[in-house]
Amino acid sequence: MTALEFTIVVWLGSFLAGFLGALTGLGGGVVVVPMLVLLLGVDIRYAIGASLVSVIATSSGAAAAYVREGYSNIRIGMFLEIATTLGALFGAFLTGHITANAIAVIFGLMLLYSAYVSRRTRPQIEADLPPDPLATTLRLNGSFPDTKGIRHYNVYHVPAGFSIMFGAGTLSGLLGIGSGALKVVAMDQAMKIPFKVSTTTSNFMIGVTAAASAGVYLGRGYIDPALAMPVMLGVLIGSLLGTRVLVKTKTKRLRLVFSLVIVLLGIQMLWKGLTGTL
Amino acid sequence: MSENNRVFGVSLAMLQEWLDQRIELVIAQLLRAGVLLSAFVVIAGAVLYLAPHPRARVDFHTFHAEPQQLRTVDGVLHTAFGGSAAGIMQLGLLLLIATPITRVGFSIVAFAMEGDRLYVIFTIFVLVILLYSLFGSFLIV
Repeated sequence: MTALEFTIVVWLGSFLAGFLGALTGLGGGVVVVPMLVLLLGVDIRYAIGASLVSVIATSSGAAAAYVREGYSNIRIGMFLEIATTLGALFGAFLTGHITANAIAVIFGLMLLYSAYVSRRTRPQIEADLPPDPLATTLRLNGSFPDTKGIRHYNVYHVPAGFSIMFGAGTLSGLLGIGSGALKVVAMDQAMKIPFKVSTTTSNFMIGVTAAASAGVYLGRGYIDPALAMPVMLGVLIGSLLGTRVLVKTKTKRLRLVFSLVIVLLGIQMLWKGLTGTL
Repeated sequence: MSENNRVFGVSLAMLQEWLDQRIELVIAQLLRAGVLLSAFVVIAGAVLYLAPHPRARVDFHTFHAEPQQLRTVDGVLHTAFGGSAAGIMQLGLLLLIATPITRVGFSIVAFAMEGDRLYVIFTIFVLVILLYSLFGSFLIV
């Protein structure tokens, strides 16, 4: 392929990934890497480098919209970023010491897991327990605007949430993804933080987490400007557009279709990794 | 539900959150500006890269790490200001990586203004990790 053709194909693919990722809330990063690796034959290290950069772009680009809603909790975000950035450094370190096939296997498993998480129905947790002393000391408890006025919430199981966040950071650094799904699991499931607060705070954390491994990727030579350029521009524009359209569309069927695509890509990544045919 | 110290019907926690939101909104605006600036630089580099040789062959099939000058902050600045297309695109990407790092820097100032010493320390720790990744990660590579 010539440089121009390649740029256009990658841009279009990334645009679509970003658009569908934002529309379904599953994130564009997860499909960018398999698209580059499986369809265009790009080396997985270049692919995760380019994907990671696009993750920073979408997270930072969408921040203003999320903050205005008034749900995100910067103390929760900043405290947990200690875990995610350390994890991201560790993950980026690991990437340099395992084979491309091993990365593909882990990527495949992650794709299957995120498809599973997106299909699972989440029990609405309404904890009415006394505040957790550790969360109180760390000033993590907060409030957000609700239909019935200001709603207060308490945060629980801080060590568990912190540990899962370290894992989320590791996956982000290892695979060049935002790992927003796992971040939400840590906050919403483990720490009992309301779902809206979890998702918006997660978006806020994704960019900082990705920046922690991006430096290592840059130093290792994983970030190729000619590849990262169309990926970053495509995902960014696609996801910004997707967020705009989101309000007006019913996304249930789309989520199902997108989850199926993720499952197929996951199986293929897993297969290629296990058979060493990447 | 936690009982808060209330002054004139407004709890301290609510006041803190209101202030947090105001600061966050300003920071979010800066983030968006950072992304726009970086996208602009990347596009400028892309034009310089594609215009002269649109039919050049590209190959990302085999990994052979980027050249040294595109792997360090110093090298990228040098090649970009030397007018290299790849260097300019990489500078745009570097600006993008710098955007959340700058945001963490601003958060330190914001927490300091609120007199929240604990969170100033947490945020400085996060900033150190980010700067280490960007400037000192060759130590673990």
